[in-house]
Amino acid sequence: MTALEIDALSHHFGGLTALSNVSLAVAPGERLAIIGPNGAGKTTLFNLITGIFRPSAGRIRLFGRDVTRLPTHRRVQLGLARTFQITTLFPRLTVLESVLLAVQGLDPVRFTVHRRRETYGHLRERAEALLADWGLADRAGQVTRQLSYGEQRQVELVLALAGAPKVLLLDEPTAGLSPAETASVAEMIRRFSRDTTILLIEHDMDVALDLVDRVAVLFQGRVLAEGSKDTIRNDREVAAIYLGTDDDA
Amino acid sequence: MSARVASGAVALAVLIGLPAVLSSYQLSLLTKMLIFGIFAMSLDLLLGYAGLPSLGHAAYFGVAAYTVGLLALKVANNFWIDFPAGLLMAAGVSALFGLFALRTRGSYFLMITLALGQVLWGIAFGWRSLTGGDDGLPSVPRPRLPLPWSLTEGIPFYYFVLLCFALALGLLALIVRSPFGRALVGIRESERRMEVLGYDVWRYKYVAFILAGLFAGLAGNLFVYFNGFVSPSYLNILFSASALLMVILGGAGTLVGPAIGAAVIVGLENFISAYMERWVLVLGVIYVLVTLFAPSGLVGLVRQRLGSART
Repeated sequence: MTALEIDALSHHFGGLTALSNVSLAVAPGERLAIIGPNGAGKTTLFNLITGIFRPSAGRIRLFGRDVTRLPTHRRVQLGLARTFQITTLFPRLTVLESVLLAVQGLDPVRFTVHRRRETYGHLRERAEALLADWGLADRAGQVTRQLSYGEQRQVELVLALAGAPKVLLLDEPTAGLSPAETASVAEMIRRFSRDTTILLIEHDMDVALDLVDRVAVLFQGRVLAEGSKDTIRNDREVAAIYLGTDDDA
Repeated sequence: MSARVASGAVALAVLIGLPAVLSSYQLSLLTKMLIFGIFAMSLDLLLGYAGLPSLGHAAYFGVAAYTVGLLALKVANNFWIDFPAGLLMAAGVSALFGLFALRTRGSYFLMITLALGQVLWGIAFGWRSLTGGDDGLPSVPRPRLPLPWSLTEGIPFYYFVLLCFALALGLLALIVRSPFGRALVGIRESERRMEVLGYDVWRYKYVAFILAGLFAGLAGNLFVYFNGFVSPSYLNILFSASALLMVILGGAGTLVGPAIGAAVIVGLENFISAYMERWVLVLGVIYVLVTLFAPSGLVGLVRQRLGSART
């Protein structure tokens, strides 16, 4: 069974076609990079998969289940998680509080109104374990907006991991980071459980190819090429799009 | 935390002891402060925690007050029917209005809550045969409870209101510390993020909207008993706006702050109205001063002075 299946997906913004007849299938545990120039429709694709937009046509299936019409939170409850290109963290909350919200999001107590959250020790234990796991324990008490940009990207990844997702969408996790920060975020992604299916949007070809098994190239809303890393590296059309950046790779 | 419990206990002790030293006029002013304190705290759940700036919160206060007033005057002055009916109507109307209001965000939310509130004001104003129109509902009797004290007396009624206030504060404090309440804060900070963390954002906002309406209804119930009179002015935008001001003045998202803000506004209104008629002008000036000099309210100002970190 495929983890995520995208079937002839199209999306129009008014008269503008953002995605046109895109089909992709990702196997459980597979890591797929989605690359392509600006405006190719990569983030639109993620917004469709997570239900932030409704597609104009096509279907989305998560582990064989049609989720095309499901609201975002229902898809997340089925094992989907994502990060955003532009960080939309909780700027005024502490790192621990943010992770607690993430942990609580898929916990049965998330709607409880008559008991203080502190009485649920397992939430805090899990949040603290996550922070310790990803080397952010000493940042727990800090307000998110006071963290460096690189650290904020790391918090973002931890939030996405909190629900132990089966399918994780990462939208340019290293955008705007210094080389050192990029390396540490890439290291984090490499450490993710191999059971987690990952779709990765990445501008930096070297980073992308280093992290994934397979690559799909989006260009002007269509899948231009799809295949193993080597196939993509040697594809002339892809090289033409990335002219000057990866000519002889 | 223990400092908070200690200061709460002291405040409660003071509030319990005050009737011994206050004149009956001062006591009635304090009673009014507590009632409006409940009202302001109910709005804080929306504004301070869920980040929903309602400009029509008077609707639920007024609906409850009219419900209790009408039942007590025209059906029966039975506390056990009238009081729950007031709460039920407030919750019911907020459940209905929430369906419309929560389709919008930001300033649109402000406008639609305002419009919905004005609809109720229009009904109360226009339906003279039922509501008395502009004249309101006069001589609403206080309830008779199987107690050794009569609630028509100032002191027993004050304690009754104080009990309701403590109950409301306790329940709201529990709600904002519950997983539900923490999720509201997350929604205030980033709705989109909360969605991708698996939260049904609409459902949280809707429940918060109804809970806020319910507690506003509690304040409305108490107020009509306290005042013995309700008029359309307790349904209109000016009353909703002064509730917003109470919350902002005291400190949105702090619960106790809005209660303090309510006390300050009620006290000032009472004091200033004795000298001039332009009370609304003063309200406006207060609003400007607060947004300029204490954007996080009186509680925020105190916390800043004490140098304690925001949680």
